[in-house]
Amino acid sequence: MSLRVDNLKVWYRTLRGEVRALDGVSFTVADGELVGLAGESGCGKSTLGKSLIRLDGRMRHVDGTVELDGKELPIGDSERMNAFRFKEVSIIPQYAMSAMNPTRRIGRLVAELLESRGVRPDGVRDELLRRLELVGLAPEVLDRYPIELSGGMKQRMVMVISTLLNPSLLIADEVTSALDVSTQKAVAETLVSFRDRHYVKSTLFITHDLSLVYQIADSIIVMYAGRLAERAPTDTLVTTPRHPYTRMLLSALPEVGVRYGDRRLTGIPGSPPSLLDPPAGCRFRDRCPLAFDKCVEQPPFVEVAPDHQVACWKAF
Amino acid sequence: MSVSDQEELAAATPAAAAATPVTVAELRASREALHFARRNRKLLLGAGVVLAFLVVAAVGPLLTDHGPNEYVGPPAQRPSADWWFGTTMFGQDVFAQFAHGLRSTFLVGLLGGGLAAVIGMTIGFTAGYRGGITDEVLNMVTNVVLVIPTLAVLLIIATYLRVRGVVPEAIFIAAFSWPWVARAIRAQTFSLRSRDFVDLARLSGAGGARIVFREIAPNMSSYLFMTFILLFGGAVLTAAMLDFIGLGPTDGMSLGLMMNNAVLWSALPLGMWWWFVPPGLGITMIVGALYIMNVGLDEVFNPKLREL
Amino acid sequence: MLTLEGVSKTYRVGTFGGRELVAVRDVDLQVAPGEVIALIGESGSGKSTIGRMVLRLTGVSGGRITFDGVDITGFKGKGLRDYYAKVQGVFQDPFSSYNPIFKAERALELLRQTYFAGLDGRRWRDKVEASLDAVRLDPGQVLGKYPHQLSGGQLQRLLVARALLLDIRLLVADEIISMLDASTRIDVLNLLGDLKARGLGILFITHDLSLGNYISDRAVILRQGEVVEEGPVERVFGQPQHPYTRSLLASVPQLHRRWDRTGRDREPAGEGGG
Repeated sequence: MSLRVDNLKVWYRTLRGEVRALDGVSFTVADGELVGLAGESGCGKSTLGKSLIRLDGRMRHVDGTVELDGKELPIGDSERMNAFRFKEVSIIPQYAMSAMNPTRRIGRLVAELLESRGVRPDGVRDELLRRLELVGLAPEVLDRYPIELSGGMKQRMVMVISTLLNPSLLIADEVTSALDVSTQKAVAETLVSFRDRHYVKSTLFITHDLSLVYQIADSIIVMYAGRLAERAPTDTLVTTPRHPYTRMLLSALPEVGVRYGDRRLTGIPGSPPSLLDPPAGCRFRDRCPLAFDKCVEQPPFVEVAPDHQVACWKAF
Repeated sequence: MSVSDQEELAAATPAAAAATPVTVAELRASREALHFARRNRKLLLGAGVVLAFLVVAAVGPLLTDHGPNEYVGPPAQRPSADWWFGTTMFGQDVFAQFAHGLRSTFLVGLLGGGLAAVIGMTIGFTAGYRGGITDEVLNMVTNVVLVIPTLAVLLIIATYLRVRGVVPEAIFIAAFSWPWVARAIRAQTFSLRSRDFVDLARLSGAGGARIVFREIAPNMSSYLFMTFILLFGGAVLTAAMLDFIGLGPTDGMSLGLMMNNAVLWSALPLGMWWWFVPPGLGITMIVGALYIMNVGLDEVFNPKLREL
Repeated sequence: MLTLEGVSKTYRVGTFGGRELVAVRDVDLQVAPGEVIALIGESGSGKSTIGRMVLRLTGVSGGRITFDGVDITGFKGKGLRDYYAKVQGVFQDPFSSYNPIFKAERALELLRQTYFAGLDGRRWRDKVEASLDAVRLDPGQVLGKYPHQLSGGQLQRLLVARALLLDIRLLVADEIISMLDASTRIDVLNLLGDLKARGLGILFITHDLSLGNYISDRAVILRQGEVVEEGPVERVFGQPQHPYTRSLLASVPQLHRRWDRTGRDREPAGEGGG
């Protein structure tokens, strides 16, 4: 077991109360697995990603544990997490393109980062150059300022930096959202190649784009309103989804080849519940066409088929 | 919804309704703003203080039957029932001076600040909205005015104008304090202009002036008011300084002149605190109250801050 | 209905405007009445610039844009207002399209001042409600609210409702759903499909090919300001001729079809390494 998350609850403190962004999430990620974490805005996927590395000061770790390679991660304690960041757990944040200090040359930025982790920059220089070549960046890029690079180049640079120390867990938070289609493909494939070359052990790929996650993930987790809805190997989830939300989401995706005249796609009416005071039971209840009286009780996230877990009374 | 509002509109502004009718939504917005304005403590506190001083300025001179410069009492008297703020070194009533001085202060602040605001906003909005060559030219003008050494010009003018009044002083202050306003408003207009709602207004057939007044300026309304407050306060302070060094109006009384006289006649070493404390405190409190009002106004104007 | 002939747009950049940036180069385009044209391109392709030129929000550096045969670049004042009664636009960011200090319905009220000044209160209200109905919005849910109190999907639909208040013939939709969630996107897209069925022409600007495919009749592929391919949508997507179109189609992630990686088609049941 590479990563094991058990009943994780992370809430945000706000002026109006506590937003229960993550409300009891449990799953595992195997060694070398690339898991896609998909969902719409507000479902908690970004919170989950950030809580594994504790990057946001407003988060409050309420309950649950996270174990990486058998060791428990101190995700409630930002100071103690520092020892793990970058070395064992690493994140490529959203808008990574703006993540580099514009007043530093990139090479210097990398050197400072390594030194802050107690690693001598000279020792990894060769590896760094090898990886730059892998992603298609020239070594001269280390002497440049971030502003001189294009969006795609910056994204790739940040990916190299984040994986330089071969972390066990890589969290990629919406790394492809602001990119063009061709760059998106290059970045997604780079993530796969990092895994194939053992630069990282497990990857959590967070996105709202199901068709993208289908391309590269081994298995997909679908989240809704702070809880897990379904998890299955990629093909299974896409061909035989069991959770009504997953089904409706998949049928709302326009594809090349599907025309309005032939097959009219439908959206999901309504909107997700407010997480300040979420309703009891299944949170998809109000929008679910299959809802019935048992749904006022929160369905457990259980296995209905090998490696296929669903949180829905109707699925089992 | 609309019928009764239309009637209200027609009743309130019969002529204006025939011209460019104010949209119902805008009217609602200003009525809601008023509702929140009545409840904001900072705004009420600040406005209260300013209003109090305004009342003193308006009513005070009427309570005294002598002018500010008349020698009416024994010199250097402490505040008492007869002389509320005591007397000066020469036996002038400090309270009368204070009340008259407040009038002059408010006048110069309003006139000088208001004029500077008008100039600065006109130039700022025009440069920001139009861009291009208009912007370049107006920028140049702004920079030139910014660079002119104000005090030197004032000294030259003072030499030529033997008699100076409050109005010329206000005009002079206005003429030199608008550049930062123009700069700031130009920058804000630039950023607002590229927002989609400005494009949408253009797609609704609105012309440049209407967009500036109805879309961009209201978005900056608290900023514009703050600008006016700063200009008002700035004009008051500048006038006080000018009066203090003797370059102010040659007649009349002002708070700065009071402080000037107090220093000239050694009020501080002699312990005549009642001569310089009221004017100094007056200026400080008025300007301070204006700033507090501004903070409160931001909360009133910004709907997003309200819900919290 | 709408014709672009040799349209170009050049910007002056650099210090003292010494250098030139060509955003749009010699573009020909046509939109027939009731037709939906997908204008597809990545960032920097000039697609948004073309949309803005059609909406007269940006000037044209070269070429002609005509609507019903009349050159639109000379319009001003009343001529421009008449043009806007026939052509309207909706933009990408729903939250930026509304003035945040006013209520959301002010966007519709602005039209009233210019085009419906003579209409009395009740007739205006009926018209607004009819428009909201056409975009399937509940008046009770959206009227009287501020933009930050409504969702992105509601705001975009309200903008379409605004455009429908006038009897427009062409709608320029510039990336109108890219900032919406997947479940709301399809609703707005379906709405456009319905409007097209009622005879509205749409210039649908997008970077997402799957969206372009869903409702469009023809597709125009743009690359760095130039048209590289155009034609009926089935043909452009089914048998792309230009290498850029092909690479674009190959890079689009699609469900049930994996990217062709390193020349091999990955089997659907394959696993990643470990």
